[in-house]
Amino acid sequence: MMSPTKTVHPPKVLVTKIGLDGHDRGSRVVAAFLRDAGMDVLYTPPWQEIGQVVRLAEEEDVDVIGISSLATDHLLVPKLLKALKKAGLGEVPVVIGGIVPDEDERKLKKAGVKEIFHPGASREEIVSKVARLAGEARAAKDKELLA
Amino acid sequence: MGKRAKTGGAPKAVPLPLSDFDEARGRWRAEVQSGLGGRPNPKNRSGVEVKPLYTSQDWDGDRYMEALGFPGQLPMTRGIYSTMHRGRTWTQRQLIGLGVPEDYNVRLKAILAHGGTAVSLIPCNSVYRGYDADEVPPEILGTCGATVNSVEDMAVCLDGIPLGEISTSLNDPSPFTLLALELAVAKRRGIPWERISGTSNQSDYLSHFVANHMFFRLGLPGARRVLLDHIAFARRHLPQWNPLSIVGQHMQQAGATPAEAMGLTLSSAIQYANDCLARGWDPDQVLPRFTFFFDISMSFFEEVAKFRAGRRIWAQLTRERFGAKDPRSWRFKFHGQTSGVDLTREQPLNNISRVTVQAMAGIFGGLQSLHTDAYDEVLSVPTEKAARVAIATQNILKEEAHLTDVIDPLGGSYYIEALTDEMEAKIRAVIARIDEAGGMYAAVETGIPQQICGDSALAFQEKVDAGEQTVVGINKYRVPAEEEMQRESLKPPSRKKIEAQLKRLARFKAGRNQKEVRRALDALVRAAESKGENVFEKVVEATCAEATHGEICAHLRKVYGFGQPLIVP
Repeated sequence: MMSPTKTVHPPKVLVTKIGLDGHDRGSRVVAAFLRDAGMDVLYTPPWQEIGQVVRLAEEEDVDVIGISSLATDHLLVPKLLKALKKAGLGEVPVVIGGIVPDEDERKLKKAGVKEIFHPGASREEIVSKVARLAGEARAAKDKELLA
Repeated sequence: MGKRAKTGGAPKAVPLPLSDFDEARGRWRAEVQSGLGGRPNPKNRSGVEVKPLYTSQDWDGDRYMEALGFPGQLPMTRGIYSTMHRGRTWTQRQLIGLGVPEDYNVRLKAILAHGGTAVSLIPCNSVYRGYDADEVPPEILGTCGATVNSVEDMAVCLDGIPLGEISTSLNDPSPFTLLALELAVAKRRGIPWERISGTSNQSDYLSHFVANHMFFRLGLPGARRVLLDHIAFARRHLPQWNPLSIVGQHMQQAGATPAEAMGLTLSSAIQYANDCLARGWDPDQVLPRFTFFFDISMSFFEEVAKFRAGRRIWAQLTRERFGAKDPRSWRFKFHGQTSGVDLTREQPLNNISRVTVQAMAGIFGGLQSLHTDAYDEVLSVPTEKAARVAIATQNILKEEAHLTDVIDPLGGSYYIEALTDEMEAKIRAVIARIDEAGGMYAAVETGIPQQICGDSALAFQEKVDAGEQTVVGINKYRVPAEEEMQRESLKPPSRKKIEAQLKRLARFKAGRNQKEVRRALDALVRAAESKGENVFEKVVEATCAEATHGEICAHLRKVYGFGQPLIVP
């Protein structure tokens, strides 16, 4: 339960899957974690197209985008980053959870992915890192509004 | 000593001070109380409280015939065949699928050369979803399975493989295009369809709607219709084919406890049996073709008990609910796969030990076919090296360790028998809940099994996070990142290969008799719209006319729509 003295904007996180894989245990468990931690979670079924994710991120003004990937859909994340940038949402942090080989991790981080949570990542780690990224994103947005 | 040897006198036997059972137990309890303190008994994954010791008080040997009997006889607890693994060990069926058809063929031949005894084919995620390679982003093509779209692709996949002699397991549900492609290849090679043996693995569409959400090609009613048509086709043309594999693996991988996964799977089997009977088929003609596919987790004894209990329930269900009289209908034939979600990315070689324990649970549970995960499956599609270790693990268990000398070797253990009974009660409770909801089809529509899997996944994760369930290398015995071994992962197929594959598909599509393709696809749509025509027969005719997987799925989607996950809010 949120206490009324806390911020009026809980972090808003989009938890989704792009590409062709349907395994959604990970995304569902993580969505539940984040929700329990007081975040506002937008959850979608698998197979979202990149355009849909960008649209959702824009319309819902999300603070963080979490992509769950079990079966190589992470290879599409660079395309997502480009599409976000094109839509003027390049500042929205994107994180990935799931199976990501070490070599791909390096490439994805270089492309701009903020965090990668591997199998075995604890709830605590996921919640705290997502909260931090959301806080930073929110602060940057507020600053932009004031400027 | 010397003196005794000379006189040859044996040492005088000192009689063992035999105590009274109750007195001894009382003494033991007191010692255990002080030794273990007030710690409560742990519970297994299914929620059964596990005591520190089991004795004849926990399982009554007088119930032997009623509860166990003999292998191959009712109640089937000890195994479905009289000889079990002493007679014939399990089929080594390693799931494989990667890259373009040539890559798949090379890996398949390597696996068969190293002791694999059956073919399995996992298609690319684009195929799962019902698309051809030219309909999806090329980055992910062939990264998780083989790109198989046409009869030409299938011919390359199965090049040099003696169809008609070796059993093939195709991970491919409605509309079963891969089977249709295999039949088209057999036709080209002049191999009669009666000789084609194997399984339509993953044909259990309900399990896909509950968990895992793969293979969402067709909406729920369409998936149901095509499954039954494909069973009807197999009854007529494919006497050696098992058209139905009912899958508990997805549900357990998605979080269901072992008892829940078994209960939900049996509920699906009940649904399918009822659907078959509603078509007027004789239960003894369809039930012998039902096969099951389960996950085997790290909870060793619980898994053994799960399989024994499931086997006993099925033998009773088939007789009582469906009136099956043929013993073949009572047999609970199952394939086991070691649990991917129990593997860790940290210190991946540890996974070899995990897989070994899981495989042993499946073997003692009496499985008919086994897939052992490769230790790097949590990193990527298995590398060749890791795939070889997985097969070697099976060979070691089968031929070095003497696990197969005795049938149901854990049977009769007070613990195993008590646990089998308790797991049976838990499983039956799940079946009763689904019965109450109107059967599995209705339950899936309202999201009950989805909710069960989701809740249990969360509960298990909480146990791991709280340290109640140890996972070596994750919440205990961690190794600093810099000391971690280097993790190799399989490289996705090169751009060049994918481009060549796309070109081949384009060439194939351009070079066909387009009129024939059109005619076959139109006939397919008409059959799907009709009430009585067999849709799967038209799928086979379409692949023989060189229609592709994506085209067939697209035409059926026009009638049945896409499957959508029925997500719990």
